[in-house]
Amino acid sequence: MKVLVAVKRVIDYNVKIRVKPDHSDVDLTNVKMAMNPFCEIAVEEAVRLKEKGVATEIVAVTVGPKAAQEQLRTALALGADRAIHVETEARVESLAVAKLLKGVVDEEKPDLVILGKQAIDTDNNQTGQMLAALTGMGQGTFASEVGFEDVEAGQVRVTREIDGGLQTVSLKLPAVVTTDLRLNEPRYAKLPDIMKAKKKPLETKTPDALGVAVSSGLTLLKVETPAERKGGVKVGSVDELIDKLKNEAKVL
Amino acid sequence: MSILVLAEHHNGQLAAGTAHVVGAAQAIGGDIDVLVAGENVAGVAEAAAKLEGVSRVRVADNAAYAHQLAEPLADLLVQLADEYSHVLAAASTDGKNVLPRVAALKDVSQISEILSVESADTFKRPIYAGNAIATVQSSDPLKVITVRTTAFDAVGDSGAAIIEALDAVVDNDLSRFIGEALAQNERPELGGARVVISGGRGMGNGDNFKLLDGIADKLGAAIGASRAAVDAGFVPNDMQVGQTGKIVAPDLYIAVGISGAIQHLAGMKDSKVIVAINKDDEAPIFQVADYGLVGDLFEILPELEQKL
Repeated sequence: MKVLVAVKRVIDYNVKIRVKPDHSDVDLTNVKMAMNPFCEIAVEEAVRLKEKGVATEIVAVTVGPKAAQEQLRTALALGADRAIHVETEARVESLAVAKLLKGVVDEEKPDLVILGKQAIDTDNNQTGQMLAALTGMGQGTFASEVGFEDVEAGQVRVTREIDGGLQTVSLKLPAVVTTDLRLNEPRYAKLPDIMKAKKKPLETKTPDALGVAVSSGLTLLKVETPAERKGGVKVGSVDELIDKLKNEAKVL
Repeated sequence: MSILVLAEHHNGQLAAGTAHVVGAAQAIGGDIDVLVAGENVAGVAEAAAKLEGVSRVRVADNAAYAHQLAEPLADLLVQLADEYSHVLAAASTDGKNVLPRVAALKDVSQISEILSVESADTFKRPIYAGNAIATVQSSDPLKVITVRTTAFDAVGDSGAAIIEALDAVVDNDLSRFIGEALAQNERPELGGARVVISGGRGMGNGDNFKLLDGIADKLGAAIGASRAAVDAGFVPNDMQVGQTGKIVAPDLYIAVGISGAIQHLAGMKDSKVIVAINKDDEAPIFQVADYGLVGDLFEILPELEQKL
């Protein structure tokens, strides 16, 4: 089975973000970048499927600027066999990313596509669902478990984290899976694997070659820092706390 | 303008969030219809018809829509979407599952988790785990939007919309429901509770979460947890409050043994009143708490329960 796994280059999750003084966007100059954490889980799941003998080939794909090749090399070091870079310096919204990924899916014909459920920069939580729609595939979003007991019947079982608990669905292959936090714990790349990854094939494509316009109906007008919540007072005892909640805050 | 709101429901009950989504639809302005799709959902439709501001409830009652699978539900919404300028749903796991699929099938963008309506085509939404707020404008003919329910007031329930049956049926061979494991809970749901009490890593273990039970009983509170407590295996993930869990904004939020990581704050900082109980007086949670109590939670919690 061939697995396509999509990754995104985002600000490192440990970095405190700054909004640009002109409020046009978040300032990403000289900021540490990394693979989106949900994408790390997606790569890990693909690698585990290969280790179990379910997957035979893992292709990593990203849409983004030249520097995003760093994240593809990371995916290769973690166990992807080859990588595809859809290179664009433009700001690409989810729908355009989904269209570009559909272009790659049409060429690669994977049996399973794994993506993170959302990127920690735009927090959209859209691309996997959109890709599933455009390719006519079923979608197993927010996956906490992916099972291949019915793979002979052309089905994948996905347990999804939903608001009230867990839901399990069976999807016809090929299918799209998006990862939630508890699907697995990603490994770190080992140094010899990082060295080997430099020699693995990495192919570059353009949106034009895939026949996709990266324009969008959305315009980002402004980015602001949210209103800071101010700390209040420390109370000295449970009695004082109850008194404040009853008589000052009036919430009891 | 005309707006279609996708109703959310579980076990034959209309979810509390839907009244908030209708609130967001009112902020946009225009005729508001509600779509109830599911199996045996007559009761849900009746509840939706009482939501103020709704003119019509459209009901697709068919086994195809049971369990809210994204594939058939998106196909149904796509069939209806041309009649509307906006399609709205809660930014719940159901809404986030289906609306991007609808948007892609209609070849329009989707706008996630709006916090406010600036105009019929311009909205504010959180990015970077709520550490920045983006204002986005859509020029698409159809706006497909998920709504952060805690950011909008719920409409009242004295409305009287007409109820119409839809006979649209869609085929779905892409996905099949196998089963679900829902948390059994007598308490109010986290998203809609007036009071939420959450435990963090400081609770020490899962058993100690019982210390929150008595207080939650007395306050009619829902019980939540930080991601640290979930990751440590103390409690299941559906209790998680935070950017990667549920976003809550109750009248009173009590954080017990929670240090206040950014990812947790993103899920509760819009609460009206925040109380923090923590033994570390330097914990970041105190920077957002209205009332902080420094001390040993294993002494404070029993005392609080007894004195409430």
